[in-house]
Amino acid sequence: MNERVAIIGVGWSGYRPVSPELSYKEMTYAAAVKAYADAGVDPRKDIQSFVTVAEDFHEGTSIFDEYTPDQLGAALKPMHTITGDGLHGLATAFMMVKTGQFDIVALEGHSKASNILTLPEVNAYAQDPVLNRPLRLNTHFVAGMEMNRFLFETGTTIEQCAAVVQKNRRNALRNPKAAFGADLTLEEILSGPALSWPLGKRDMAEQADGAVVMVLASESVARQLSDKPVWILGIGWCNDSPSLESRDWGVLPYIQKAAQMAYRQAGFRNPQGIVDFAEIDDTYSYKELQSLEALGFCQPGEAGVLTDDGATDIEGDLPVNASGGSLGMGHLLDATGLVRALEVVLQLRGEAGLYQLEDVNIGLAQSWRGVPTTSGAVAVLAN
Amino acid sequence: MTMRKVAVVGAGMTRFVRRALETPKELAWQASRMALESCELTLEDVEAVCLGTAPDSFDGIHMNGEYLSDGAGAWRKPYMRSYVGGGTGVFVPIQGWYHVASGLFDIVLVVAEEKMSSYYPHAQAAFITIFDHTTERPLKPNLLWIFALEMNRYMTMYGISKADIARVSVQHKRNAAHHPCALLGDANITVEDVLNSEVLAWPVQRYDVSPVSDGAVAVVLAAEHVAKRLTDKPVWIEGVGWNLDTAHWTNRDLVYPRYVEYAARMAYEMAGIREPKKEIHIAEPYDPFDYKALHHLEGLQLAERGQAPQLYIDGTAALDGNMPVCPSGGLLGVGNPIAAAGLMKIAELFWQLRGEAGGRQVPGQPRRGIAQAWGDLMQVGTVVIMGR
Repeated sequence: MNERVAIIGVGWSGYRPVSPELSYKEMTYAAAVKAYADAGVDPRKDIQSFVTVAEDFHEGTSIFDEYTPDQLGAALKPMHTITGDGLHGLATAFMMVKTGQFDIVALEGHSKASNILTLPEVNAYAQDPVLNRPLRLNTHFVAGMEMNRFLFETGTTIEQCAAVVQKNRRNALRNPKAAFGADLTLEEILSGPALSWPLGKRDMAEQADGAVVMVLASESVARQLSDKPVWILGIGWCNDSPSLESRDWGVLPYIQKAAQMAYRQAGFRNPQGIVDFAEIDDTYSYKELQSLEALGFCQPGEAGVLTDDGATDIEGDLPVNASGGSLGMGHLLDATGLVRALEVVLQLRGEAGLYQLEDVNIGLAQSWRGVPTTSGAVAVLAN
Repeated sequence: MTMRKVAVVGAGMTRFVRRALETPKELAWQASRMALESCELTLEDVEAVCLGTAPDSFDGIHMNGEYLSDGAGAWRKPYMRSYVGGGTGVFVPIQGWYHVASGLFDIVLVVAEEKMSSYYPHAQAAFITIFDHTTERPLKPNLLWIFALEMNRYMTMYGISKADIARVSVQHKRNAAHHPCALLGDANITVEDVLNSEVLAWPVQRYDVSPVSDGAVAVVLAAEHVAKRLTDKPVWIEGVGWNLDTAHWTNRDLVYPRYVEYAARMAYEMAGIREPKKEIHIAEPYDPFDYKALHHLEGLQLAERGQAPQLYIDGTAALDGNMPVCPSGGLLGVGNPIAAAGLMKIAELFWQLRGEAGGRQVPGQPRRGIAQAWGDLMQVGTVVIMGR
């Protein structure tokens, strides 16, 4: 078994609302070339195994893993697909290195959301075909119900959710990778069109296209190849009930459990005072608050207050989504968690540019797979 | 550096049928429960769940892995679905292996489920979307046609007759007559029956092909210290290998599955096997078509190139031969609910190596077996070696 695992190379392409002149293969190739150069590895000689995250219906191709190897230099190599979020892919590559059978593993995730003409309909096909689909529930309608329950149970306000949008889209103005940077007033956010009350259109992250590739290595190899390895201290993932009828709507037990798993590996129980910053799920504005509470950064009902007080700003005690998050950068389908992890890596390496945080040593990335899933993952990284 | 040893400690499977009345979740649940009961565990003991299922288009459910999660026992547990097309059934135990070998988990439930009959009238139509959207889909290819190309190439290059290939189908379907879960077991089938069956896409005839099926299989994996506590007959995962070739299948020489060879060599190296023909006692190569079993035996280095039919002619591959091939009855006999069919081969090795395979038990207390699956665009090989 290998004891420790590090991220030694990262590359990305995008992120943009549309990318008509590029295929997903070209975007992936661009990200891979950057990541391999960053790690100083040759995919044909040095990388022993490859992992990708993708869902068939997002790609418009059945058995999509057929089309994953070529643009990564992975043909005739051990490669497989995880139908999960990018952080599930990170957990997979982490486990593979931990076995001791592999020293260098590459991981890829991408989004070509702009190719999907009917994303709301595709998402609705994730609902239980017998019990839920006949009800013709729209994805955002389900999110609106969850938001309502969360507000009701915790006393969080719509204004506090809007403050998340304001913060993340302002942060995005400093991030050249972010397409949705904006300086909005709370009034502008709250007066946007409604999606499903209390959820407004401006509470929702827009889609973006892009690709992220990472190279992971065992400790001995990481120390040879990299002078700024980012260590994976802990990683956890969990599913709750997939059915809409039998789950908690106000809290996120799967994020709590995933976080506990990651914290246990990292050797702490409570992230407060240990984790310096976080890049977490903000597919919808309220999810950032709900996730902060599930992750144990504060008690239920406190995340909105912390946001109001500026504690989660770039200059705050616990910067959250300093990159702009999904609200500021766009949501990248299955690659979303990988984008979060990439931002943590860049911060820990001191390469975040205009939104670089000072004196950060431990960062957290968290993701959720979207409506109607109860699937999430948490990673704790350190420099 | 020592690797953590991983054992299979329990297995369960549903019957393989053409049209199951159960939902996909229920099939996954039935197999999971049987696997847990076989080793006297409950869901409480399971630390993580790995799921395998082939394309979402069969069920028409986006993120099918998420939908299946509670059926597979993954409520409030770490859960992931891995995917390598038709190779998934033998990949998902590899996924379970790295879950345990990483040191993160001690007991992992591995579930493979497939319900192909939801796609009405026939699952074949779902496969149009596996082809390249620009260069291939306009030609409206289907799997029978492309495998007919491969079969033809194999026959032509080595001068192999249809009758020799038909022996594979006959033997597997006869073996399956002893499998309680089998869909197409037939103790009396003959080579003539295969050769006289309906032509689907020359040289592929109906009895050359495994049936579209519904079913689920589950196995329980455990770390060494736990496995020894749970059973006095653990079956160890000694080697794993997998390999994915380029998507450009039309540029490949279809006569030989190089990706299967690479996957096998990876597994042999891990298991410390130098002479596979001598050291493998049972082979469960992937046999969705009869010629594929031959093709894969060659890729697995268990036969010289073009010589695999000889194993069936001289009796080596028979149930009482030197190296029985597909004693389960394989996909041709038991059925082919894609991901579940691959995991069925792992379950078969588990039962065979423990001496629990009933009427199809291989004599002579076999010590080591190999299971393999294949998939995508004639592109991926997945291999697991198991031993006592």
